[in-house]
Amino acid sequence: MMNSSTYSDAIDNSAAGHPVIRTENVSIFYGNFQAVRNVFLDIPKNKVVAFIGPSGCGKSTLLRCYNRLNDLIPGARVEGKITYQNIDLYDPKVDPVEVRRRIGMVFQRPNPFPKSIYENIAFGARINGYKGDMDELVERSLRSAALWDEVKDKLKESGLSLSGGQQQRLCIARTVAIEPEVILMDEPCSALDPISTLRVEDLIHDLKQRFTIIIVTHNMQQASRVADYTAFFNAEAGETGSRFGYLVEYDKTEHIFNAPKEKSTQDYVSGRFG
Amino acid sequence: MSSPNQPDLNPGDFASSEINYSVAQGRKVFGNVMTGLVLFCVALALLPLGSILFMLLTNGLSRLFTDFPSVFTELPPPPLVDGGGFRNAIIGTLVTCFIGALISVPFGVLTAIYTVEFGQGNRLSQFVRFCTNVLSGVPSIIAGLFAYGIVVLAMGTFSAIAGGVALSVLMLPIIIRTTEEGLKSIPREVRQGLVGIGATNFQGVFSVILPAALPFVATGVTLALARAAGETAPLLFTALFNQFDARSLREPTATLSVLIYNYAIAPYKNQNELAWAAALIVVLMILSVSILARTLTSRKVY
Repeated sequence: MMNSSTYSDAIDNSAAGHPVIRTENVSIFYGNFQAVRNVFLDIPKNKVVAFIGPSGCGKSTLLRCYNRLNDLIPGARVEGKITYQNIDLYDPKVDPVEVRRRIGMVFQRPNPFPKSIYENIAFGARINGYKGDMDELVERSLRSAALWDEVKDKLKESGLSLSGGQQQRLCIARTVAIEPEVILMDEPCSALDPISTLRVEDLIHDLKQRFTIIIVTHNMQQASRVADYTAFFNAEAGETGSRFGYLVEYDKTEHIFNAPKEKSTQDYVSGRFG
Repeated sequence: MSSPNQPDLNPGDFASSEINYSVAQGRKVFGNVMTGLVLFCVALALLPLGSILFMLLTNGLSRLFTDFPSVFTELPPPPLVDGGGFRNAIIGTLVTCFIGALISVPFGVLTAIYTVEFGQGNRLSQFVRFCTNVLSGVPSIIAGLFAYGIVVLAMGTFSAIAGGVALSVLMLPIIIRTTEEGLKSIPREVRQGLVGIGATNFQGVFSVILPAALPFVATGVTLALARAAGETAPLLFTALFNQFDARSLREPTATLSVLIYNYAIAPYKNQNELAWAAALIVVLMILSVSILARTLTSRKVY
C-alpha cells in the first residue's frame, strides 16, 4: 500500500496513450472521518477498469469523486489531485455540471426518469445542447445499449414500465446519449438477475470501443469477465480505530486474478478473505 | 411418498407433530375485546360527522328540491319575501377561492421547491419551514384582519380581492406542506440520475422532479380550496356580503359561508331555510373537491 504509485506505472500507457484520468495521492473525508487514503491510480483510455474490494473499502466513494458526485454530500472533502485530461477536476473554476456531462454515470439501482422511454434519452441530450436529429439519437443510443429491439414499438410508454434489467440498459442508453468520454458504473448489475447481468456485461464490452469505463463491482467473476485492469481496495483500521479504505494493488486483470503481488489480494480473489 | 421435486427427507428431520394449532383461549378473548374497542372508537369518531350530515340533509335537502333550480339562479330575498336563492354567494365563493388559489399556488409551490430542492436544510429553509408551521396555526380571523389591514384599508372598500388575499394566507401553508411532501417522495436515485447526466438543479427540478410530484401539488391545491371554501371568519370583514351580484372584484361580495352566518341568525324562516340549503351546498362542494384530491394522489408515479 505504501508504494501504491508503482501500480500506476504498471499500466502500459504506451498503447493506450495518455491516461484519461489521473488520481494522485487522493484522500477522501466525510467531515473528520477519512474514508479513502492516499490513492494513486491512472485510468487508461478506452479500457475497462474494475474496482473490487470488500464493503466499506471506499471504491464507490472514489468512483463518485470522478464526476464530483460527492459534492452533493455535506462535509465530503477531497484531498490530493484528480485530473481529467490534465484538467484538475477540483479546480474552483471547474463547473461540476460540466464534469458530469463529460463523465457519465450509471447507478447501482436502475433509476429511469418517470417519463417515456423516448424522453428518458432525449432529455439528457437536450439539456446537453444536442441539436441534431433526436429520433436518430434515441435509436442509436438504444441500439448501443442493446435495448432497441425490445422497446422500439413502445417508445411512448413510461420508462418505469420496463423490467429491472431493461431499466438498467435504458439508464446506460441515457448515459451513452450524452456522449461522455468516461462512463462510471457503480455496481450496475447488483440489482439484476443473471441473464440481465450477462447482457449488461456484453454491453460493456461493446461500449469499450467508444468509452472509457470504470466499474465498481462486488462480483469478482464479473471483474474478470469485463475488465482490462482491476484495482483491489481494502479497508484497514487507522490509528484512531476508524476504518479507512486504500488501494492495495492495481494491475492487468489477469495478473490480479492469477498472480497478485499482495497476499491480501490473493486471499480476496480466491475467496479466502477474512 | 415424496414428490419428485422434494429432497429425500426422513421423518426424523422434522420436530415431533405434538403441536397445538388452535389459538390459546386467553389470546383469542383479548384479541376480540381489543377489536371491539377499536370499532367502538371508530363509531364514536364518525358520530359527529354522521350527525352533521344527517342534520344538513334533513334541513337543507327539502329546500333544494322544492325550489330547484331557483336556489341556484335567484338572488337572496329581502326579509318577509318568500323564495329566492343564493347564486351571488355561489359565484362569490368560487371567485374568492380562485383569487386565493391564484396568489397562494405560485408562492406555495415555489416556496416548497426552495426548501426541499435548493435550500436542502440550510438555515433559511429551516426558518421558512418554521414560519410555515406558525402560519398554519394562525387563527383564520387573524388572516382576515391582515387582509383588512393591507387590502380593505388601502382600497377603501370591501371586495372579493380582499377576501381572496385573506383566504390565500390560509391556503399557503397547506400547499407548501403537501408540495414539500410530494417533492420528498421522489426517490434519491432519480435525483442522482439527474445529476449523473449533467442536469443542473433547475433543469432537474422543473423537467423531472416537479412533474413527478404534480399529483401531490394538485392534492394540496384541492385540500386548500376545500379549506378556503368553508372559511367564514376571514371573509366577514374582507369580502363582507352583498345582497346582489357583485359587478366587479372591487365590490363587497357575497359568499356561501358568510351567507350561512348571516341567515342562520336572521329571525326569518325563509332565510333560515336558505342557510341550511347553502350549508349543504358548501359541504357537498368540499366533499367533491376532497374526492378529487384523493383520485389525484392515487395517480402518483412513486
